[in-house]
Amino acid sequence: MLNVGAINEGFVLDHIKAGKSMAIYHHLGLDKLDCCVAIIKNARSSKMGKKDIIKVECPIDMLDLDILGFIDHNITVNIIKDGQICEKKQLKLPKQIVDVIKCRNPRCITSVEQELKHVFILTDPEKEIYRCKYCEEKYDDRRDKKRR
Amino acid sequence: MRHLMSPLDFSVEELDRLLDLAHDIEKNPDKYAHLCDGKRIATLFYEPSTRTRLSFEAAMMNLGGKVLGFSSADSSSAAKGESVSDTIRMVSCYADICAMRHPKEGAPLVASMVSSIPVINAGDGGHQHPTQTLTDLLTIRSLKGRLDNLTIGLCGDLKFGRTVHSLIEALVRYENVSFVLISPEELRVPDYIREDVLEANHKNYKEVIRLEEALPHLDLLYMTRVQRERFFNEEDYIRMKDFYILDKAKMALAPDDMLVLHPLPRVNEISTEVDSDPRAAYFKQVQYGVYVRMALILTLLEVNVC
Repeated sequence: MLNVGAINEGFVLDHIKAGKSMAIYHHLGLDKLDCCVAIIKNARSSKMGKKDIIKVECPIDMLDLDILGFIDHNITVNIIKDGQICEKKQLKLPKQIVDVIKCRNPRCITSVEQELKHVFILTDPEKEIYRCKYCEEKYDDRRDKKRR
Repeated sequence: MRHLMSPLDFSVEELDRLLDLAHDIEKNPDKYAHLCDGKRIATLFYEPSTRTRLSFEAAMMNLGGKVLGFSSADSSSAAKGESVSDTIRMVSCYADICAMRHPKEGAPLVASMVSSIPVINAGDGGHQHPTQTLTDLLTIRSLKGRLDNLTIGLCGDLKFGRTVHSLIEALVRYENVSFVLISPEELRVPDYIREDVLEANHKNYKEVIRLEEALPHLDLLYMTRVQRERFFNEEDYIRMKDFYILDKAKMALAPDDMLVLHPLPRVNEISTEVDSDPRAAYFKQVQYGVYVRMALILTLLEVNVC
């Protein structure tokens, strides 16, 4: 097993579905941060077979992790302080998602006004339904998965 | 400051007040003739409309106000690539209130987010057309005397017809309202209306294909046009467009006090021979549209009505 050094302050995102780490890297804006990030792909996992792990060395108030709840709430988020796990964060669905997914309704105003933020609102937490703030089109992640 | 994006922006109580005001306007128009002296409405119509734009303009003029605006995107700065946000910021300097129709869904909402004047959604693509719903509600309440205890038939294009979706969403908030959804298989109401609106609100409804089957049981028949612009395929449109034609013979099956409504324009889904039937209320509906828009303008401008 590959060894990546322990971090003093930051996050360890564990149990990421294998292959999803780079998408999360971009969704969290880690590419824009000037801090140490380790991405481990296809690590062995007794629970999942294969998994990805991301370690981020940064102040713990620096990242908004709510978006992880939307991407996959099975991800384990360990918050590290002084080299120790100080909290395991429970992920929940964010009430609003900004500029993470795009509205694919060709009749939506976002299809012609490029500078508008793509905003989705959680309209049904039980059924995990997000709708575009502008046209109220339901976000269909199956369509997105097909594209990927 | 309030805007109007969806008919559900108003609670049932607020809606009652608005409809009461519209009713008083109908009875006492002189009382309201100068309440908007010196005020202006901007009608920003990025796509063609006859009824809605003229109705807003007539409403403001009846209140003593003035109108300005444009009636197609070609004659506005949109043709030069100006964003909706920039247009409304500019219009806010010229007018006190604005009604916007736009082919793109959510455009009026974008405008309302940066506007310093109230914005009324006058129709955004296939999404919402709240003032049509307010018109329908006022017509029903004025002519039937109630918005509860009604059996309502909705007929025609129930799939793409935004007026039908908005009307159902508004009416499920009233007691003992049931629906008969009359459409060909291809133009049934979308799943979310069935599941998230009708079933979620425990409303009785049934879906039928034959208009004749539904007619004897209705308090109200809301006819809609099969809209050519919603079809990608001309053949499908031609196959659907004459599916329902309400004529004298079919009207004979309906109760004596059933009302026929239509958001207009009609093509041939209601035969002109029905126009003289006392139950045909679709032209009265147009008049109610002016009253309810007058009430809406007064409400959003927070004009003191004594």
